[in-house]
Amino acid sequence: MTVEELYEMRDRERERLARLRERIYCCSAAGCLSCGSESVRRALAAEIEARGLKGQVEVCGSGCMGLCSRGPLVRTQSDGAIYAQLTPDEALWLLSEDPAERRRLEAKRLDLNDPFFTRQLKIVLANSGYIDPESVHDYVAMGGYQALAKVLTEMTPEEVIEEIKASGLRGRGGAGYPTGLKWELVRRQPGDIKYVICNADEGDPGAFMDRSVLEGDPHRVLEGMAIAAYAVGAQQGYIYVRGEYGLAIQRLQLAIRQAERERLLGNRIFETTFGFRVDLRIGAGAFVCGEETALIASIEGKRGTPRQRPPYPPERGLWGKPTLINNVETFANVPPIIMNGARWFASIGTETSKGTKVFALAGAVRNTGLVEVPMGTPLRTILFEIGGGVPEGRQFKAAQTGGPSGGCIPAELLDVPVDYESLAAIGSIMGSGGLIVLDDSSSMVDVARFFMEFCMDESCGKCIPCRAGTVQMHEILCRFSRREATRQDLELLEELCVLLKETSLCGLGQTAPNPVMSTLRYFRHEYEARLTDREGGAQ
Amino acid sequence: MSAQTSVNSPERSSGQAVDQRAKMLERAMSRHHYAGDALLEVLHTAQELYGYLSPGLLREIARKLRLPPSHVYGVATFYHFFTLQPRGEHTVMVCMGTACYVKGALGLLEVLERRCARAGSTSPDGKVSVGTARCVGACGLAPVIVWDGEILGRVTPQELNRRLDALAVAEVRDDG
Amino acid sequence: MSIKTLTIDGRMVTGAAGESIFDVAWNNGIRIPRLCHVGGISDVGACRLCLVEIEGWPKLAAACLTPVEEGMVVRTQTERLRRHRKLIVELLLAERNHVCSVCVQNGHCELQDLAAELGVDHVRVYYRFPRLGVDMSHERFGLDHNRCILCTRCVRVCDEVEGAHTWDVAGRGVNCMIVADMGEPWGNSETCTSCGKCVQVCPTGALFEKGKTVGEMYKDRRFLKYIVTAREKRQWIR
Repeated sequence: MTVEELYEMRDRERERLARLRERIYCCSAAGCLSCGSESVRRALAAEIEARGLKGQVEVCGSGCMGLCSRGPLVRTQSDGAIYAQLTPDEALWLLSEDPAERRRLEAKRLDLNDPFFTRQLKIVLANSGYIDPESVHDYVAMGGYQALAKVLTEMTPEEVIEEIKASGLRGRGGAGYPTGLKWELVRRQPGDIKYVICNADEGDPGAFMDRSVLEGDPHRVLEGMAIAAYAVGAQQGYIYVRGEYGLAIQRLQLAIRQAERERLLGNRIFETTFGFRVDLRIGAGAFVCGEETALIASIEGKRGTPRQRPPYPPERGLWGKPTLINNVETFANVPPIIMNGARWFASIGTETSKGTKVFALAGAVRNTGLVEVPMGTPLRTILFEIGGGVPEGRQFKAAQTGGPSGGCIPAELLDVPVDYESLAAIGSIMGSGGLIVLDDSSSMVDVARFFMEFCMDESCGKCIPCRAGTVQMHEILCRFSRREATRQDLELLEELCVLLKETSLCGLGQTAPNPVMSTLRYFRHEYEARLTDREGGAQ
Repeated sequence: MSAQTSVNSPERSSGQAVDQRAKMLERAMSRHHYAGDALLEVLHTAQELYGYLSPGLLREIARKLRLPPSHVYGVATFYHFFTLQPRGEHTVMVCMGTACYVKGALGLLEVLERRCARAGSTSPDGKVSVGTARCVGACGLAPVIVWDGEILGRVTPQELNRRLDALAVAEVRDDG
Repeated sequence: MSIKTLTIDGRMVTGAAGESIFDVAWNNGIRIPRLCHVGGISDVGACRLCLVEIEGWPKLAAACLTPVEEGMVVRTQTERLRRHRKLIVELLLAERNHVCSVCVQNGHCELQDLAAELGVDHVRVYYRFPRLGVDMSHERFGLDHNRCILCTRCVRVCDEVEGAHTWDVAGRGVNCMIVADMGEPWGNSETCTSCGKCVQVCPTGALFEKGKTVGEMYKDRRFLKYIVTAREKRQWIR
C-alpha cells in the first residue's frame, strides 16, 4: 500500500459511513460481553437483515465505552447518544426512523453532561467506542496508520525520537521511565538485529486498562510499535499478552492478519525500505512475567524468572540483542503524538508527567469502569466526580493504586494530584492504572494480607528474600487477622519490609512490601488494635 | 514405541482422535521449526488438544524440541496455566482480583471448596475442577466467576449453589 | 587487559576489567558471604547474601554479578548489610527442616558456617516445617529436600560442566523443588551420568553420598577449577 492508497481507503470508508442513516455500536469489551451485549448485537443484525435496512443502518462491535457497571452499552452514531443496560428487544427501537420510538428509551440514555464523561480526556481511548475493533477500515477512517505513513515518508528515526522526547511521554507500565530516552538507548546500540516488545502482561489484580485498549483499538498498538521499530531500527516485534485475555488475543490476531494483508506490516511498508513483523506470544499465568527480564525469559521459552539488571534490555534483551520494551498504553500514545505534535501532548498534564492516564476504577464506587484523565487530576475528582463516590450508606476509607506494588491512600490525602512523583511521595505508585476504592467495611490489615498472598503466590522463587520473605510476611499478617500477633511480630513485619525492599532481585519483591508499608503508615491503629491482649499488651 | 502410544489417551477418545491430536501437535511444532524457544507455544497447543500435560506428552515434546526433560517439566510447572492433572468435565474459576475480593469472592470460593474441591484440584467425581484466576479484567462486574470459559458477573453464593445443584441433577439424569 | 583500581572496605585493590566485585574481594582476602555462587559455574545472584553497598549507587548490588569499575568505593560489611544477611539466613533456616544434629553435613555446612559467622543464635521468623521427602532411589547418592536451599548450584554444574542437565527447578515460589528429569525418582533418571558433581557443589546436606552418617559428608570441589581451566585454557592444573 502506498500513502496515497491509505488516504483513498480512508476517504472511501468515510464516504461509506456518511451514507448510512445510523450506525449502532454495541460495546464488545469483556465487561459488556458478560452482560449480554452479544445478544443485543445479534438481535439488531437479524432485524436489520429482516427489515431490509442494509446500506442504511449498520451494527458493529466496539471497544470499551467506559461505564462497565452499566453494561451492555450501546452508542448510536447519528446523535452520539449512549444507552445503558439495553435488552435485545429494547435495542430494536433504535432501528426506527420515527424519533418517538427512540424517545421510549429516554430513561436508559446516559447523561453525557455527567462529570463521568465531561471530566475525562480521551487520547489513548479516543477510538474506543467509536470504531469497530475488528475492522482495519474503521481504524483507517479515523486517521489510523497516517502517523506511520508520516514517520516513514517524512521523518528520520532521530526526528521521531526527538519528537517523543519532546512530548515528555513516560512509560505507562508503572515505573515512568522517559520513553524517548529508552528509544534512544536502543537506537544507539550497535548491531543489525533489534527487537520491539509490547508488554501486555497486565497482571495487577484490579487492572484492565491494557486489555481494554487491545480489545477496543488493536491497530493503534500495532501502529505505535511499528513507529517505535522504525525509530530504534528493529524489524521484528512481539506482543506478550496474558493468556487470560482471550478476546484481546483474538482481536490482536485478527488485526495483525488485516495489517499484513493491507501491507501495513511486513516488508516495504508504504513502499519504503522499512519492514516490520509482529508476532504474538501468549503468557501462561505468571504475574512476574510483567517484569521485563522475566518477560524476555518467557518469550525465549524458559521459566519466567527475572535476572539481575544491569545489563538492561536496551543493551542486552531478547536473545541477547538490544530490545525495546514498552507497555500497551505507552505504544497507544505514540500515533497521536506524531500526528498532533509533541507540543500538543506536552501541554496536557503536569510539569513532570505529560499526557493522560487510563485508570480502571473498581471497588466501592458508583461508576466502575475505565476512565482516562489528564495527569495531575486530583484523586478526589476521579473518585467522587467521575466515579460518583462511594455508594449510599458507606464511608470512603482508602484508594488503592498500583495493585500489589502500590499503596493505600487515606481520605486526608485525596487532593493529591495523580502524577508519578506525587503518588510516590505519599508511599504509593502510579502503577499501571488499577484504582480500587475501599469503604469502611474493609479492614486494611486484610487488604495488606490479600496483596501479600498475591505476591507470595506469584513470587518466582529465585531469590530468597522474596520467596521466603513473602511467606513470613503473609504468616504474620494472618496472625494479625486472627488477633494473635504480638508487638514482636509488628517489629519483625517492619524489618521484613525493609529486607524485601532493599535486597530482592526484581521489582516484584522490591515492591511487595508497599501495601504493608503504606497501610502501616496511614492505618497503623488498625494493626495496633489487632495485637493480641496476651503477650503484646505486656510488652 | 510410537509417538501415539506414549502420549496420554483418555479412554473416551478413539484411536483416530488420538492420531489427529498427535498430528496437530506435530504440525504446531513444525510450524515453530522444532525450536526450543517455542516451548510455551507448544505447551499451550498440547494442553488445548489433550486437556492436560501428562508426563508422556511432556517427554515427547522434550524429545522433539531437543530439550532436557527437566527443563520442560520445570517450565510446565512454573506457569499456572498448565495443568499436569486431567481436568474435570466443568471448570469453574473464581476471580480473585482486588475488586472481586472486596466484593465477596472468598464466599464463592468457599462454596466451591465445600461442595467440589480445593482450588487447583478436581472434585472426586471428576465433574468440577475448581480454580482461581488473577483478575479476569471484568472488575466492573465483581464478583466474577468463569464457568467453562464464560464470564459470569455479580455472582452470589446462592446463584452458584443453584448452578452446582443443576449440574448434579443433570448428571443424575444422565446416569439414569 | 585493562586493570581497574577500586576501594573495598577502605582498602585499595585492583582487578581485571570484567571481573566481579566478589572475585576481586576474595582474591584480596576480603570474604563476602555467599550461598549460590561457586567458582567455575555461572552466577545467578539469587541468594542476595553477597549484596554490597557501592557509593553513589541507589540500590544494593550483588557482588557476584557486578563487574568492578575504576574508582568504585565498595563496602561489604556495614551494619545494614549484616542485618539483612542475618535475616536472610534466618529465613532459610525456617523455610525447610534444617536439623544440624542429624545432618551428614554437620560441621562443614556452608549454611551452618554462615549462621555462626553472622551470629544467628535464634530464629525470629516462623518455622514452616514443610513435609518434604528424601529421594534415596539413586544407587550412590541421596537428595534430602528438607535441607535444600534452592541455590541451584546442582542445576548449573550439571548443565554447564557435566552437560547432562538432569536437574532443574520445578514449581514456583515457596513450592519450588529441585527435580530430576520429569520430576521422577533420581534413580530412574535417563539423563543422569552419576558423576556426582551436583553432590560436591551442594552447600548443605541436601545432596550427599550414601553410606555417610552424621557429620561425615565432606565436599570436594577442586575438580571444578581443574575442568574449567582445562576446557577454557587447555591447561591441566591441579
